[in-house]
Amino acid sequence: MSAVLEIRNLHVQVEDKPILRGVDLTVKQGEIHALMGPNGSGKSTLANVMLGNPTYEVTGGEILLDGINILELEPDERARLGLFLAFQYPIAIPGVTLANFLRLAINSRMKAEDPDSKGISIPDFRRMMRERMDFLGIDHAFAGRYLNEGFSGGEKKRAEILQMAVLDPKIAILDETDSGLDIDALRIVSDGVNKLQEAHGLGVLVITHYQRMLNYIKPQYVHVMFQGQIVESGGADLALTLEERGYDWIRERFATATE
Amino acid sequence: MVAARQRRSMAEAPLYTQADVEALSVHNNEPQWLRESRIAAWELYEMMPMPSRQMEEWRRTDYRHIRWEEASKLLNGGQSSYENVPEDMRAPLIGEEQGGMIAFVNGQLVRHELNEAMAARGIIFTDLLTACREYPHLVRENLMTKAVKPGDGKFAALHAAMWTHGVFLYVPRGAAAELPFHVVMYNTEDGATLGHVLVILEEASEAKMLVDYQSAGGAAQSSYVGATELLVGPAANLTYVGLQDWNRTTFEFSHQRARVLDNGNLDWIVGTMGGELVKAFIEVELDGLGAHGRVSGMFFADEEQMFDHDTQQNHNAPLTTSDLLFKGAAKDESRSVWQGMIKSLPDMQKIDGFQASRNLVLSEDARMDGIPGLEIEADDVRCTHAATFGTLEEEPIFYLMSRGIPRPDAELMVTEGFFEELLDRIPFERVRDRLRGALDLKIVGHALDHRDDEAILDF
Repeated sequence: MSAVLEIRNLHVQVEDKPILRGVDLTVKQGEIHALMGPNGSGKSTLANVMLGNPTYEVTGGEILLDGINILELEPDERARLGLFLAFQYPIAIPGVTLANFLRLAINSRMKAEDPDSKGISIPDFRRMMRERMDFLGIDHAFAGRYLNEGFSGGEKKRAEILQMAVLDPKIAILDETDSGLDIDALRIVSDGVNKLQEAHGLGVLVITHYQRMLNYIKPQYVHVMFQGQIVESGGADLALTLEERGYDWIRERFATATE
Repeated sequence: MVAARQRRSMAEAPLYTQADVEALSVHNNEPQWLRESRIAAWELYEMMPMPSRQMEEWRRTDYRHIRWEEASKLLNGGQSSYENVPEDMRAPLIGEEQGGMIAFVNGQLVRHELNEAMAARGIIFTDLLTACREYPHLVRENLMTKAVKPGDGKFAALHAAMWTHGVFLYVPRGAAAELPFHVVMYNTEDGATLGHVLVILEEASEAKMLVDYQSAGGAAQSSYVGATELLVGPAANLTYVGLQDWNRTTFEFSHQRARVLDNGNLDWIVGTMGGELVKAFIEVELDGLGAHGRVSGMFFADEEQMFDHDTQQNHNAPLTTSDLLFKGAAKDESRSVWQGMIKSLPDMQKIDGFQASRNLVLSEDARMDGIPGLEIEADDVRCTHAATFGTLEEEPIFYLMSRGIPRPDAELMVTEGFFEELLDRIPFERVRDRLRGALDLKIVGHALDHRDDEAILDF
């Protein structure tokens, strides 16, 4: 059964300031959506709210994953249902190695499914990590490093995709994963996403400013967010239009309506 | 607990007399010089007042709820055996071999092993009483004469007069001990022990050592009045780890001091987990040109524990460098104090001293103090210090949870991660694993299995 993520009339604020003002969006497993829009339009807020970042306050609407309103769930429960967020700014966590962290993440899911689970065996885990790291062109030494500590911008983004590859979600949100990546890294990361998409029918929501990444990860649907709402949706050609014309026409058309 | 805290001891000082000092010395069949030095220390002890909060270095630590009637009752190690020592403390620290192992239970020597290869290099590793009898030429001029001295404080004097047991490690010139030495001081009974550690590294020698302090019991109060002396010769290299996990009715008062000569290198790691109250003076004297001392401290206080670490980095020669990092956490109603000082003698040029204290405050009722200090009387120096205090941050917790890790595990991971930097400095894998378990116990109430934590990193 393929999973469906439905965002319905979502309103979100931060410290009494409304950021999202009624967002509607549906992403099905196997589909690739792109979410574009100018800075400050609310794209990252949407990404964070989907995983339950406590900084944001949901004031209305719902997010359903296969009919379950996940707004009532803790971030870890949402993740275990198959949601993944590749962060725009992955935080460094000193003293926590990527390998130990991922093992715990896998074991947490196995234990949630079966309380008697002993978790993944060390050889299995190692084999899987090696395979995924090779797949993404990541040096094996990465596994022993502290999470994101001292990582370059590109390394952080690759590490996010590695986590995605290991955790095998149903729906993944890539929040400006392309920023900070050079063209080679962008290709590798995009290849990784595409392979997961093909092999596991991953549903993807790519948040980006630029067409660049969409040359590699080809969306079927493109949405434009502006002032906390999705104001325009279309096919892949919409991204090209945005690339060509910028956001000014969006601003002109919608700014007055919401201000 | 509250009632116990409020109940003041009848006795304001340990219930020892000079007759106890003499009886101890006779019982040990000690050489005359040792007996005399004990008596001299006792006389000094009697002249000194008990520390009180009127004294600067005791200002933040009130230990007067100690019941000396219980805590100064000297343990009689009669029935003790090596089997009393918990199994995880008996295991080699790393690999299958140790350079040597000495274990005391209730102050009684229950195990003494020295690797033959180490012995063949002239390395002496034995209990201190034996060393006093068999190697007086090495012990007499170094025992409480250079590093810790009886005049350093009331408890230093008491220790010099009454020490009950100890270890002696001597590494001759140029000898390198690649296998670590392991000392266990373990108590099963409540009462007083006064343990001593004397380490002498001659020129260009090298050694690693761990001293483990632990106790069971806890029905009555205990005291540990200890001294640690580390003498690092020119171009010698010592890694020294002291880990304390006393039971929750033990009061520790310890003086620990290292002296490092020209181009010597000291890597000193201190871990404090147990005890009801700990007052530890930890001091590094960089006596020789180019001497380097690194001091790493980790502690985790919970319930009503009180830890007070008082550190000094003394730059007594030019071109000396020191680097101190204390990382601690406090939860429940515990308290911690770290007070640090970097000092230099006048005209000691080109010295570089660093100290940092990082504090993780895990409850509203816990209190942590960190007081850095500098007393520098030279101009061509670089000395920096910092103390930070923080609570568990929500951002990393959210990151971990967003990968499917439940909150308690995420909090545990971030808290333990805080200490990894220090654990990484301990060169003994099994000790690191054991400490991770001890941290779990503090954080979530039970030890998790950490055996694979490091194996998994080997890709």
